[in-house]
Amino acid sequence: MKSSTRRRLTFGAAVVTATTLLLTGCAKGGGTSSSSEDGTITLWTHNAGNAGELGAIQTIVDDFNASQSDYEVDLQAFPQDSYNQSVTAAAAAKKLPCIMDIDGPNVPNWAWAGYLAPLEGMDEELSDYLPTTVGKYDDEIYSYGFYDVSLVMVSRQSILDENGIRTPTIDQPWTKDEFADALAKLKASGKYEYPADFATGLTGEWWPYAYSPFLQSFGGDLIDRDDYKSADGVLNGPEAVEWATWFRGLAANGDIALKSGSDPAQDFANGKTGILYSGSWTAVPLRKAFDDTVFLPTVDLGQGPKIGGGSWQWGMSATCENTEAASAYLKFAAQDEYVAKVATDTNNIPTTPGAAAEVPGFEDGGENDIFRQYAEEYAVLRPVTPGYPFIATTFTKAAQDILNGADPQATLDQATKDIDANQQQNNYFQ
Amino acid sequence: MSEVLTRVADGTQAPHTVSVAGADRSGRGRAVLVTVLKSLLALVFGLPLLFMIVSSFKPDTQIFADLGGVRAFLPVGDIGLDNYTGVFDRVPFAQFLFNSVFISVATVVGGLVVNSMAAFVLARMRFRGQKVMLAVILATLIVPFEVMALPLLWEVNLLPYFDGVEFSQGWLDTYAVQIVPFIANAFSIFLFYQYFDTIPKELDEAAMIDGAGWFRIYRSIIVPLSGPAIATVAILTFLPAWNQYLWPLMVTQSEAVRPAMVGIDYFRQLNVSWGQLMAYASVITVPVLVLFIAFQRSFVNSIASSGVKG
Repeated sequence: MKSSTRRRLTFGAAVVTATTLLLTGCAKGGGTSSSSEDGTITLWTHNAGNAGELGAIQTIVDDFNASQSDYEVDLQAFPQDSYNQSVTAAAAAKKLPCIMDIDGPNVPNWAWAGYLAPLEGMDEELSDYLPTTVGKYDDEIYSYGFYDVSLVMVSRQSILDENGIRTPTIDQPWTKDEFADALAKLKASGKYEYPADFATGLTGEWWPYAYSPFLQSFGGDLIDRDDYKSADGVLNGPEAVEWATWFRGLAANGDIALKSGSDPAQDFANGKTGILYSGSWTAVPLRKAFDDTVFLPTVDLGQGPKIGGGSWQWGMSATCENTEAASAYLKFAAQDEYVAKVATDTNNIPTTPGAAAEVPGFEDGGENDIFRQYAEEYAVLRPVTPGYPFIATTFTKAAQDILNGADPQATLDQATKDIDANQQQNNYFQ
Repeated sequence: MSEVLTRVADGTQAPHTVSVAGADRSGRGRAVLVTVLKSLLALVFGLPLLFMIVSSFKPDTQIFADLGGVRAFLPVGDIGLDNYTGVFDRVPFAQFLFNSVFISVATVVGGLVVNSMAAFVLARMRFRGQKVMLAVILATLIVPFEVMALPLLWEVNLLPYFDGVEFSQGWLDTYAVQIVPFIANAFSIFLFYQYFDTIPKELDEAAMIDGAGWFRIYRSIIVPLSGPAIATVAILTFLPAWNQYLWPLMVTQSEAVRPAMVGIDYFRQLNVSWGQLMAYASVITVPVLVLFIAFQRSFVNSIASSGVKG
């Protein structure tokens, strides 16, 4: 190759490279470091697109920034659906922010994986928080949440009355037989595509969150909570098989859809179902849809009604370089005033009694007070073990197989075997 | 048919006329059948788009109420622009759209230059190890991106970055990290290579006799003769760049550099806003549709020549 040609080729390549770098190098979002020398720390939240909660968090951040001059918190919002992937990717790159929110059941795993640092000196601030809203692992507090949510059976008073179905209360919830009777009456009315909607078309964390409480109400569980080493006897014992048979029976009898629609609340609002198994987050749209919507306790399948506990919580990353700033923010944000602010703007259950008194509807006797009572009476934390993400996906697969007709005992035995193997392979997360 | 054949046989009807008429009829029949089949196929692909656009004008409750029947595809009932207003209130749409356009166009422009140059070297110049190099490049085609995502993340996180003022470490949360890794593309190199290989080598020799160097040959002879290949590569680079989801999810943290495709997650909350989701999906589909309409012929040619579907 001639030297002049080589020079030109080199020059051409350099021009292309420089142009590309110039074109692409001008902009940087600016939020990857966990802290900077000027006292600015970054906060990540899963609320992009959720104006209510994002607005409330922004208010807390603004108030904190205005309340002192030592630190500055910079908020960055991510969409919820892909938040965990973003955090995991950032953790792999060692670029986690100082403060971030975490879905409650993931706290032990993220603490074990070294993403989170324990929150020191917050025992007093968190003393009156709902137990399900404080993320603990290995006797240390890693996170706290402003709110919890509650699973409920939603219906309309007119539907219950027309079909002669007793309205259950927190003191006297439906029994298994009563619930079966209610479904039979709704089916006999011929007015509904399905008597009930258990939101079986939803995916992800919904399955363990929504359906493991039924398992627990039968007396089973996802893992033996004495030592979190094995699921044997609780996930594949007689109570668990009874749960699986009951769950499969609902779909086999046509009481629920094998796979519900994309938005069960909308289907309920359109009169396609008589009872909806969902959460307190449907209160606003469904009260708007009907003036006689009722939010009922879930069914007592033997061991009392159970619901999943733990929602989004706040913690500090283990790579945060300005832990003083992060601690200052987390203490500031834990005040009743801000718990009330977030709960009001999201219509979720405020985590402290003090905040509950300030949130319209959640005061004693208020229309939403029932959700707080359900959370206090029925909530069961998802297993507090770093192995939970694996347990959740294994349970989800087993429950889906059972709903589709797989043999309950064989399916639960396999799930138990898989969970035990994972716990063992990870040395029980010691 | 047998009656016609008889008339032809006994001479009462000209055989030529019969065959043309028969051919016309069977040809028309086949054309009608093909048209019907094509229409059905068009419906299969068109109805989801129609549903998306129609639903973007309806409130959530009505979308689900209409689902059971043909009304789902008709702009009837409580029609309005509320969902579109909601979209613009909920996401920084202009920013996301700009980001997507910028990232896609920069990837296409960079890709055309780099990949055509690489293909030119492999197709027109002669050097030791040329075939091996081509084979190695092609071999990378079998590695799915998902396998490379995490190593690539670590790699870009260690690279030095200059933001115009100072150097820092790591490319996360930049335009660069969404563009540069996708500029060099084995498939594009292969397409260019195939095309360049069909251009007579005598052109190079003639140009060299006239004093042209390799870069001049590339710039003044090969590139001007490669319009179809350039269009094909441009289209096949633009579409995946526009549709990128996993990678931007991993490497962007702020809305300043987040592309439109990730923005669709903004509408998937506990209570999903289906109408707004459909409106957003409609709006981010528009640029691709405009591109398709403008370059319809090149689209079809590119898919036919590359064997790429879907």
